Amino acid sequence: MTTTKTAPPAMDLEAKLDLYRCQVELRQFEERAYDLFLENYVKGTSHLGIGQEAIAAGFAAAMKPTDWTFATYRGHNHTLARGVPMTPVLAELMGRTNGLMAGKGGSMHLTSVEHGVMGSYAIIGAHLPIACGAAWSAQYRGTDQVAVCFFGDGSVNIGAFHEALNFAAIWKLPVVFVCENNLWMEYTRTSEVTAVENPAADRAAAYGLESIIVDGNDVDAVFEVAATAIARARAGEGPSMIEAKTYRHGGHSRADPGKYRPDEEVAEWKAKDPIPRYHARLLDLGVAEEVLVKIVTEVAAAVDVATDEAKAGAIPGEDLLMKDVWADGGSSWRN
Amino acid sequence: MAQLTFREAIARGIAQEMRRDESVVFLGEDVGAAGGVFKGTVGLLEEFGGVRVRDTPISEQAILGAAMGASMTGLRPIAEIMFADFFAVCWDIVVNEIAKSRYMTNGQMTFPLVIRSGNGGGLRFGAQHSQSVENWAMMIPGLKVVVPSNALDVIGLMAASIRDDDPVIFLEEKALYSSKMEVPDGEILDQLGLAKVLRQGGDATVVALGNMVPKALLAAEELALAGIDCTVVDVRSLVPLDTATILREVSATGRLFTIEENPRLCGWGAELSSIVSEEAFYDLDGPIVRITTPHIPLPAADALEDLAIPSVERIVTTVTKSMNA
Ligand SMILES: Cc1ncc(C[n+]2csc(CCOP(=O)(O)OP(=O)(O)O)c2C)c(N)n1
Repeated sequence: MTTTKTAPPAMDLEAKLDLYRCQVELRQFEERAYDLFLENYVKGTSHLGIGQEAIAAGFAAAMKPTDWTFATYRGHNHTLARGVPMTPVLAELMGRTNGLMAGKGGSMHLTSVEHGVMGSYAIIGAHLPIACGAAWSAQYRGTDQVAVCFFGDGSVNIGAFHEALNFAAIWKLPVVFVCENNLWMEYTRTSEVTAVENPAADRAAAYGLESIIVDGNDVDAVFEVAATAIARARAGEGPSMIEAKTYRHGGHSRADPGKYRPDEEVAEWKAKDPIPRYHARLLDLGVAEEVLVKIVTEVAAAVDVATDEAKAGAIPGEDLLMKDVWADGGSSWRN
Repeated sequence: MAQLTFREAIARGIAQEMRRDESVVFLGEDVGAAGGVFKGTVGLLEEFGGVRVRDTPISEQAILGAAMGASMTGLRPIAEIMFADFFAVCWDIVVNEIAKSRYMTNGQMTFPLVIRSGNGGGLRFGAQHSQSVENWAMMIPGLKVVVPSNALDVIGLMAASIRDDDPVIFLEEKALYSSKMEVPDGEILDQLGLAKVLRQGGDATVVALGNMVPKALLAAEELALAGIDCTVVDVRSLVPLDTATILREVSATGRLFTIEENPRLCGWGAELSSIVSEEAFYDLDGPIVRITTPHIPLPAADALEDLAIPSVERIVTTVTKSMNA
């Protein structure tokens, strides 16, 4: 494993407060999404990112607005962290016309091209090669854009992962792969089905990628490695793999209470919850408690507003059903 | 005018578009230095250089994933899947990602890309290198499917596919790579979704695709000698499908025969048969007859493969029998 020497930019307190706010927003959004599921406003499935906020917040802060995010079905955090407002995301979960994709994608496919969120993908591993393609396009067109591709630890044993890593390395693509290692696939521990200790980082090193392991529950640490890897990619020095160790507090998806995990393990990781940790760090840095409390209160109010706006959204109808299969806006396959 | 083989037409079509549009790039296995395993892309690396014409590792998911990611961010990639059979190892990217992402994102993204692939049998390559996969592609909403039957159409439809803003599966019939025809000089641009009437006759309408088109034409000549005059329609594009031309030509003769290289079940002819039954039933004078490869994996031995794939002889006997019934 190697690390680069370039020092990442130092963060001022204002930026740190933004990181705090972002994590709080992601947390409260997900909690609201869960409540709305219990109230049957959110149908289908959804995969919450509670416990993993530091990764989304840290990376988003290190990206330029023109950079690209590629996420998985566990993508609410990454979408919001790039600046997509809460209302369209919540409305998308509820299947309303004011949803991010007017209800046509749902929780697992959040996309906002305008914000650089280039899709959330629900087939394990598929988006790694797609992120390579975007990076290739940036390289070819000589823009300085970087593709950042997030996925879980369970995704390291599927073919597309391996094809993409090799591809990124040989073409020296401006792509940063981020494995959010929350230890579990759905119901199986990744370590039970994977021969190496660090499922993403150990493999990536073998493919010739810069490979870094980070505490994924420490937003400052995440920001630092993100900034370094993104700068490297932007400078044409090639792809990196960052394996961020973290934990999901809940089950895999809304249908899963997560009972297969030992209580001590859950407790141990909840003690490492990135948000209280950052709260404490900011207090140590001299931030007044009231400042942080105010952020929490403001976010709570914003979540309430978003909830009301999303609920007020119209139910989509037939006009949307047949739209946008093709670039001409239609769906016709015959004359 | 120049005599051009089908394989030379591939390179000419791609080159024509790469000259006019910098955003067209090309990637695949052995496509650059080697000029393609079927020699369909000879000269492209030399003319356009290694930045635009790129040899890849044997990683079909990476090839198509890269094409998709590049197309959603401003390029017009052409990706080659060497044999159409290999779509099976990267079908996820085609079906779940490329075909659906425009719809799922409510039109936020477009995917102007072309996936070229060597399709079909006749080369004694056995069951894993001979499949006709046009029916796989046709049944997926969000994919356009083009299958040219001659060198001129290769160039014009290639150009149209590259300029199209939607993903196009461009199937090149391996059995036709060596076929030749006179092709005019200068730019050639065709249109997707147009079937071509290649021969007009009053008795029956024979609709064929790709490698089955020259066979249908030969069969029509023989049938004419026996007093059965056939219209022959080259479908050329399965999606979009030119149902107007097909319905018109079927209504004019009252009979429809489809000539398909794909195995029996769910071939494109079944869809045509359904459309014609629903929309031109009262113009029909007899049953719709599908002539296909039987529902078997293709065997390697020449004798067996020839028995499996519709032949001129099988077309002639089947049509004759049905017309005289
Ligand atoms: C190709 C494929 N196989 C299986 C699944 C079903 N599946 C969805 S999520 C998941 C577990 C993935 O775990 P991981 O990659 O660690 O991501 P996490 O859910 O922990 O974020 C599985 C098996 C799928 N979506 N795609």
